[in-house]
Amino acid sequence: MNSFITLFQAAVAFGTVILFGCVGEILTERAGNLNLGVPGIMYLGGIASLASVFIYEGSTDSPSGIVCVIIAMVSAFIASALGGLIYAFLTITLKANQNVCGLTLTIFGGGVANFFGGSLNTLAGRFESVSVPATSAAFRQTLPGISGAGIVGKLFFSYGFMVYFAIAVAVIVHVFLHHTRRGLNLRTVGESPQTADAAGINVDKNKYLAICIGAGISGFGGVYYVMDYIKGTWANDGSIEKLGWLAVALVIFTTWKASHAIWGSYLFGLLYWMYYYIPGLTRRSQELFKMLPYAVTLLVLIVNSMKSSRDKQPPHSLGLAYFREER
Amino acid sequence: MNEPILRVIKRESMSFKGKLLVRAVSLILALLVCGIVITLITGYNPITVYVTMAQGAFGTKTRAWSTIKEMLMLSCIAIGLAPAFKMKFWNVGAEGQILIGGIVSAGCMIYLSNIGNAGLFVLMCILSALAGSLWAFLPALFKAKFNTNETLFTLMMNYVAIQLTSYFVAKWENPVGSNTVGVINQSGHEGWFPKIFGTQYFISLIMVIILAVFMHIYLRYTKHGYEIAVVGESENTARYAGISVPKVVIRTVLLSGAICGVAGFMAVAGASHTISTSTAGGRGFTAIIVAWLAKFDSATMLLISLLLAFLNSGSSEIASKCHLNDYASKIVIGIILFFILGSEFFINYKLVRGKKGEKK
Repeated sequence: MNSFITLFQAAVAFGTVILFGCVGEILTERAGNLNLGVPGIMYLGGIASLASVFIYEGSTDSPSGIVCVIIAMVSAFIASALGGLIYAFLTITLKANQNVCGLTLTIFGGGVANFFGGSLNTLAGRFESVSVPATSAAFRQTLPGISGAGIVGKLFFSYGFMVYFAIAVAVIVHVFLHHTRRGLNLRTVGESPQTADAAGINVDKNKYLAICIGAGISGFGGVYYVMDYIKGTWANDGSIEKLGWLAVALVIFTTWKASHAIWGSYLFGLLYWMYYYIPGLTRRSQELFKMLPYAVTLLVLIVNSMKSSRDKQPPHSLGLAYFREER
Repeated sequence: MNEPILRVIKRESMSFKGKLLVRAVSLILALLVCGIVITLITGYNPITVYVTMAQGAFGTKTRAWSTIKEMLMLSCIAIGLAPAFKMKFWNVGAEGQILIGGIVSAGCMIYLSNIGNAGLFVLMCILSALAGSLWAFLPALFKAKFNTNETLFTLMMNYVAIQLTSYFVAKWENPVGSNTVGVINQSGHEGWFPKIFGTQYFISLIMVIILAVFMHIYLRYTKHGYEIAVVGESENTARYAGISVPKVVIRTVLLSGAICGVAGFMAVAGASHTISTSTAGGRGFTAIIVAWLAKFDSATMLLISLLLAFLNSGSSEIASKCHLNDYASKIVIGIILFFILGSEFFINYKLVRGKKGEKK
């Protein structure tokens, strides 16, 4: 039972990182833009939050937890949304190829983050890595009393606020996309920008907003990873990039539905960490086990394309630039 | 509706001179911005920065060859990706195809070191090409049969390949417990590219030149190349013309995967003599951008690869001089690519003052 609880907790923590990334990307892809810059955006979010609170914590003797959290979240959102804005400008206004721009954003974001992350580590001292204890503590603060109480408490209430925030964001995005007029407009832009344009929907504005806000949400995944998952430190080990690609995979797995992303992300976490709890695995076979999330995604992708049921397909104009005069 | 001040119009075509001018301007702008960024971080003046970069990339013979090695890897992968992209098949799985080719090469070096160097060399080349093809075959098959999204499929295959690499690294680790494979065949150099003119990269150079010429001819002057172009322009047109789209898709992607597999062979047998999850090192992604920017032209791909390799080693040099870390090069490359990507707009479109009834 105990190992199940730790597995569950590990899965939720892992899942929360990619849940943010995935929900942001769902919003983006629903607008018809395949943004392969998610890893880069998560990098930008992570480093922006870390650098800004590092400065704040260094400037005051008694950093306040709430201020730390606000600074981290706001700076991460701005940095990630700016990353999204570069991508949006290139793909919408300049009509450049989406795949290529996204990949460039991943290279750029990873470069910026690891460059400054590494430099922060150097600043922090030769053998130490950067750390922001006050902020990390604020992010990891659980509900007092209830979190340690019994199995239910441990399973559902033993996490920092970002875990619940991620679920809330996913629900909001789901409601927005499927139960509001603006959400319908946005989905129309992703399915058929020509139709949307003819119906008087401003295609470019919708795309810009979806991409920038989507990027901001994805960036929170980086914040959660840096502040909670690795406890307010930085490591140049490329793990954010891996998680970013998993978030892209999760979008496919959920068939572009934010509501499915909630359980899907935890399932990915479960699949990812399962090797740790299966007895008798050698280090070699563990590596094979870590394929599971990707293999499952591939399976879902294949099965859905074979069934060709309409609500499980990618947005119809995903990946295509829209130019009004070209039909 | 009120007229916008500026309107975007698609260009018919742009003269070669015009294209060259747009690209040159974007490159100069990009280098300026990078210069400013580096100056802000390091405090050097921009000219010193670029002189230092040039020294870092080409200052000594060893450095020059290591820059050329990087360029060769990138162009080899880009050449492999070109036919698939021209067909509008988004093979973002080069990273995985390289790794699979690398695993097979490393495996040959480990298990077949006694069959003689010439035989081993040929065998490694063929097997790694086959392995790369195989890795690309699955996405191609499902694309052809069920129109499964190939961008997402090949992307996932990368991660399956990375885990497979980790598996083999754990299997072949040397010394035990290090979790690295170490240099394979350190003593006998079995399976290593032999040194010619004092460098082991000479063979890679020849291989890439052959591949570049082959791809140029294949895409421009063969029936296959023509079919690729037609399928890329419009699948419907291809069908009307009696071209079997699934056949062309699968054939082309097999070729694409094979060349990426050979790139893995080059990386393992011709450069690092080991295998790790960083053998591909993101080059599979960077090469996508190379192939796209070059519009699949072999010579242009070589040039862009050279530029990126130069930036890579040059920025590393600056980083080490200023005690900064290596990731500076990724920032510089990112900025330059953003500029070049953005400049494509001015080649394909033009801005005109909005006048009614001027041109539809």
